[in-house]
Amino acid sequence: MLKTKDLLGIKELSGEEINLILDTAAGFKDVLGRDIKKVPTLRGKTAVNLFFEPSTRTRTSFELAAKRLSTDVINFSVPTSSVVKGESLIDTALTVQALGADLIIIRHSSAGVPHFLSKNLRASIINAGDGTNEHPTQALLDAFTIKEKKGGIEGLTVAIVGDIAHSRVAKSNIYCLTKLGAKVRLIGPPTLIPKQIEEMPVAVFHSMEEGLKGVDILIMLRIQMERQGKGFFPSIEEYSKNWGITSERLAHAQRDVLVMHPGPMNRGIEITSEIADGPRSVILEQVTNGIAVRMAVMYLLAGVRRS
Amino acid sequence: MKILIKNGHIIDPSQGLDGMGDIFIENGKIKEINMKRKAHDAKRKELLKSSVRTIDAGGLFVMPGLIDMHVHLREPGFEYKETIKTGTGAAVHGGFTTVCCMPNTYPVHDNASVTEFIIRRAAEEGSCTVLPIGAITKGQKGEELAEMGTMVKEGCIAFSDDGSPVMNSLIMRRALEYSRTFEVPIISHCEDITLTDGGVVNEGLMSVTLGLKGIPAESEEIMIYRDIALAELTGARLHVAHVSTEGSVQLIRDAKNRGVRVTAETCPHYFSLTEDAVSGYDTNAKVNPPLRTDIDRQAIKEGLRDGTIDVIATDHAPHHADEKLREFDMAPSGISGLETALGLSLGLVHEGVLTLKELIEKMSLRPARILGLDDKGLKVGSVADIVIVDLNREWKVDPGEFVSKGRNTPFNGWILKGMAAVTISKGRIYEQ
Amino acid sequence: MNEHDIKRALTRIAHEIIEKNRGTKDLCLVGIQRGGVHLAKRLAAEIKAIGEKDIPVGSLDIALYRDDLTIRKEQPVIRRTEVPFEVTDLKIILVDDVLFTGRSIRAAMDAIMDLGRPASIQLTVLIDRGHRELPIKADFIGKNIPTALSEVVEVQLREEVGRDRVVLKKAKKGA
Repeated sequence: MLKTKDLLGIKELSGEEINLILDTAAGFKDVLGRDIKKVPTLRGKTAVNLFFEPSTRTRTSFELAAKRLSTDVINFSVPTSSVVKGESLIDTALTVQALGADLIIIRHSSAGVPHFLSKNLRASIINAGDGTNEHPTQALLDAFTIKEKKGGIEGLTVAIVGDIAHSRVAKSNIYCLTKLGAKVRLIGPPTLIPKQIEEMPVAVFHSMEEGLKGVDILIMLRIQMERQGKGFFPSIEEYSKNWGITSERLAHAQRDVLVMHPGPMNRGIEITSEIADGPRSVILEQVTNGIAVRMAVMYLLAGVRRS
Repeated sequence: MKILIKNGHIIDPSQGLDGMGDIFIENGKIKEINMKRKAHDAKRKELLKSSVRTIDAGGLFVMPGLIDMHVHLREPGFEYKETIKTGTGAAVHGGFTTVCCMPNTYPVHDNASVTEFIIRRAAEEGSCTVLPIGAITKGQKGEELAEMGTMVKEGCIAFSDDGSPVMNSLIMRRALEYSRTFEVPIISHCEDITLTDGGVVNEGLMSVTLGLKGIPAESEEIMIYRDIALAELTGARLHVAHVSTEGSVQLIRDAKNRGVRVTAETCPHYFSLTEDAVSGYDTNAKVNPPLRTDIDRQAIKEGLRDGTIDVIATDHAPHHADEKLREFDMAPSGISGLETALGLSLGLVHEGVLTLKELIEKMSLRPARILGLDDKGLKVGSVADIVIVDLNREWKVDPGEFVSKGRNTPFNGWILKGMAAVTISKGRIYEQ
Repeated sequence: MNEHDIKRALTRIAHEIIEKNRGTKDLCLVGIQRGGVHLAKRLAAEIKAIGEKDIPVGSLDIALYRDDLTIRKEQPVIRRTEVPFEVTDLKIILVDDVLFTGRSIRAAMDAIMDLGRPASIQLTVLIDRGHRELPIKADFIGKNIPTALSEVVEVQLREEVGRDRVVLKKAKKGA
């Protein structure tokens, strides 16, 4: 049973709750393998995708997950809505609630917005990414993928490479993997790894060759083009030369290392096409697993009694 | 109006008073102070006969009215957040009889006509004395000096660009030099905006955990270092506003040891809370400078104890509820502090960090000295600005009961020990 | 019922299935999680022992098809549905341990329909305890046990708890 009506972050979940979601997702993955990829489970419920940041991939994944559960889906994208006319966040949220939303999937550029909605609305809130805080369903689907391929997570060494400071995916993964007993390493330039992160149970490396030694799972993060010119690193080319994953570098890791990426990839920058399309990559499976995990989250949240 | 306050424990270190006695007020001024000595009872009978109103202080402490050097009254321009009327109402509710209002109004208080407006409104609707602080630069843009001379003539007692720092060091130097003409302090909001870079909380574990942009302590400390150096260079009077970090306290301590004319203030939230208060994205804990770590909090307390920090001011910053009911990044910074300041500060007395006399220094006597106010204090001829304090009465903070329009406080629900029972401002009585 | 009773009932049911269906052509067994799955596997063994062929066995989780998802206190745990064969045109013998209101069977039929279009569905239960709320009837029954609504029928199977037993429990006070 999940303890609260929302999924705001991995921080708020216990190890048992994470495992419950992963086990439930396994059941849903079966459904996705059938001809009729639909179950009537959440029939009559309404899910609203409230996306203040553009995102086709995540939004489509949630939309599909909801539809597979027979939920009605409304997509509320900011540029097409009244928020542009100056409506406040609280008014937009209350309007969505008045439309009858049971589940609200929220993506916003400000950290803490899902928590704000949770405090002010009755519906179940699912965080699809809030600023540089968390992206919990991404971490859950990453954990599901690892568990499926490796049989378990405890004791594995996982390296997360890239712009840790600005990555909500990195943060959620750090919390999720450490709660499940993995050893987490962060690799990147010092300008992209916040000082205080060393107070978390992680090991920090600035060299790929050093950091990849003995690694079982490699999660490559997307380097955002917008970070250029702000003093974090001299150029994208230099970043790519030092922290991009290549076959030579991958050789430092375990033979059966898995290469993961939350997408979308910058081919040729943080990851070569050879690796992205190669035998060690599970990037496309992450996408499939994403739907099963999101179905599991919606199923479990829809069942929590609201007082 | 003739008022007798009897049976009070009169306490004012500047006058060497600490004992039971009565105070007689006439026409808004202190007429007589009758300490419990030989001729006491006879004198009291006489005063009782002439009084129109008698207040029995019942043994409670009778002290000089509190003076808040750092308040945002929001009028003119932001009356939806607060007005001079509601702000001063909140002040007397909190035990303050004088407040100094910051110039980040709309229009900015950078010329004498706004000074005149504020003083007139305060006379019409204010519950206590309002002393305006004028802007250092025109529009608080940090480029051209404002007309300090004419503003002083109209009634300004100090200058500050609070809300913003004066980023340009040359302008700050000139402001300090020029202020010497009028012997008024320059109150500096010390913050390096380029280092702050849009941050909203303290840069530390909390900012990483919550995914919020952090403001490093160095953003404050670098500017304090600069302003102290400029104060030394120019010989002007520098007062550092809202000190929040360990490093800042140390810089000020060293400067004082060197003999620099610097004074400093802190606010109750910096010795009562840490960055943990922001958890759950509570916008009521969003303030600038931000709440820091426990190490900083202890350093602030030590700075108060050893005299490095001279003053406790509130930085009372009321905001409308709608403005705080939004994304953390977008919410304005500020805490509505006038009505919780005394309760929180008396906590330091209960803890043993300060004695009651030291607290009176921090919240009344030192501000008076820094601002050059010589008609304060419990002596014959002073303005009757008095507060009767119940040191031990416990009460629960409820923003719904605030007189201020601003309900934005992180102290909602706190049980505080100590409060102002009766506040008398210029001889007018305000009771709880 | 004790261990012997259960064995005898399953053997008899296996014979009845083969008799009614005139052999094992196009037959398959699908058990409902969890009790029905074990019983389905045992029935498959019985049918094989009678000298006939192996017939396919699958397991079905009905959690996602329940009609009480919005009124329960907790979401039911989701288990695996493993039906590794095409159900279209097959005669499905649906197996469950206890038949009560009939709602589980309704959910199971909806789940099967989403997997394909069977030629027919026949229902086998170990125990029929009455109190139907839907027009559902079992084709093959181990034993009829009339019960009061407040009582509980528990089928304990050796695959789960180490022994075979059917127990009738009176309701606990305050349950």
